[in-house]
Amino acid sequence: MEADGVKIEAHGLTKRFDTVTAVEDLSFTVQAGEVFGLLGPNGAGKTTTIRMLSALVAPTSGEARVAGCRLGYEDQQIRRRIGILTEAPGLYDGLSAERNMAFYARMYDVADIPGQVEKYLRMLGLWERRHELVSQFSKGMRQKLAIARALQHEPEVLFLDEPTSGLDPEMARLVRGFIGELRSQGRTIVLTTHNLDVADRLCDRVGVIRASLLIMDTPRALRQKLFGRSVVFHLGGETAGLAGRLEALPYVQGVQAVETRLVVQLDEPEVHNPEIVRLLVAEGADVQFVGELRRSLEDIYLQIMKASEPNEHG
Amino acid sequence: MDKIRALVAKEWAEVFRNRFVVFAVAFMPLVLTAIPLVILYSLAAGGEGPGLPLDDISLQLSALCEGLPASACGQYVIVTQFMPMFLIMPVIIPITIASYSIVGEKTTRTLEPLLATPITTLELLLGKGFAAALPAILATWGSFFIFVIGALVMGLQQAVIDKFFDPLWLLAILLVGPLLAVAAVSLAVMISSRTSEPRVAEQISGLLILPIVGLVVAQTTGFILLDTALILWIVLFLTLLDAGLIFFAIQLFQRESILTRWK
Repeated sequence: MEADGVKIEAHGLTKRFDTVTAVEDLSFTVQAGEVFGLLGPNGAGKTTTIRMLSALVAPTSGEARVAGCRLGYEDQQIRRRIGILTEAPGLYDGLSAERNMAFYARMYDVADIPGQVEKYLRMLGLWERRHELVSQFSKGMRQKLAIARALQHEPEVLFLDEPTSGLDPEMARLVRGFIGELRSQGRTIVLTTHNLDVADRLCDRVGVIRASLLIMDTPRALRQKLFGRSVVFHLGGETAGLAGRLEALPYVQGVQAVETRLVVQLDEPEVHNPEIVRLLVAEGADVQFVGELRRSLEDIYLQIMKASEPNEHG
Repeated sequence: MDKIRALVAKEWAEVFRNRFVVFAVAFMPLVLTAIPLVILYSLAAGGEGPGLPLDDISLQLSALCEGLPASACGQYVIVTQFMPMFLIMPVIIPITIASYSIVGEKTTRTLEPLLATPITTLELLLGKGFAAALPAILATWGSFFIFVIGALVMGLQQAVIDKFFDPLWLLAILLVGPLLAVAAVSLAVMISSRTSEPRVAEQISGLLILPIVGLVVAQTTGFILLDTALILWIVLFLTLLDAGLIFFAIQLFQRESILTRWK
């Protein structure tokens, strides 16, 4: 039985290739309608994890349920219920876009093949070019066609392995926009990416892996966990002496003076910002702007990778 | 069955874009059919008529001529020498197609999304197998048809033409050919599962042609005689061989190792 709203449950998934451990003791869940991002450096085991969950590669140990089906026991059912965009689009160059779609629709036993093919080719903006051979398509168009192919049998879970890899910025933006649309439709998506901006914009939660899971949470919670919340006070003049005054406040966790700015770490900026502003004004400072410092997911990722390095060599 | 049909159609659309495959399927059968016809024509043009004196034929070979008038025996013996040519086609054609279709999936990186679908290994291999074997079988039968028409045009005696439809020829063309095609496909699938170059797969699988060449040589030198009994033994042997090869081809087609070890 599928747990309430849970589309993926992985417990202790491990994959070894001879002496190499690609994935070790990986456990996580993905809720229905959630976009979950798997981040990690090259060789971290992201693709292997997706291959295991897609029933393409058998785990060495551990267990998982995908779309309510038990991995290793109901693999055919899993394949039927998921859609996958592999790292390479893997399209047949000698066939038209429409024939590529129709071929895969047959592989998935789609009932209304012409209808579904048209629906998704239109959705991805490829309907007008449906008769063209895929060999004539640009990389971005191939990627869009591969996404359409992965969706046309209406899978319960969609796996996207590096969906924006190798695309120019414009095409990457288009693909990212489409994934955003899928997200708003409530699709359950697991994506791997090196593009942390994509993960930041699209993922409800991210898991950072390096063979095993290093950390997993929402991007916002990770920011708070690793860096706390920081507020920047832009002042009209010198900050001398002000940093010390703020540090004396019991709720301030740290203060950094950078030119005419004060970066203050706080737990609850909504509560304490007004008090700090009053104090700064009382001290004669001209407060020009106040804003929360938003750490990028890249900052978070690099911090996690840095912290995990001793383990890697240990 | 729908998946297998779709796979066959896809395979044909893909592999027939490759000029080596087109050569193997279209040109080679025509050449192999033309050779015996040209020889028959040369004999006819030589003035002796399209036959040989019975005295020139060994006793063993003359056993083939049972029921034929003496004047037709020579023609029939010559024609029979070329029968193994029709057994070469069902070996070479499927090897070429299967080698390109399976290793080709690897080189174009199309195998992973295909294996991620609910298609079973048996369906996948049957689809690939049919796609490779059917053109070979059709090309063999088509060549035989052209050969018979050509022989008629060249004025072969009616008794010789009738002999093409006796059990010896029918077994060879209708049974041995397809059985050889199945063996060739199975072997190509096995080799393709273990190599990453279509040419390598083609060349290694092509070793299957050696027994056929041996058959040609043995018959030409009079070492063995292709008669109905021998063809029946070959049918039995090939049936068992095919069963074994299909079993091993399925066993060796490991989705995981193909995905993770093919570089």
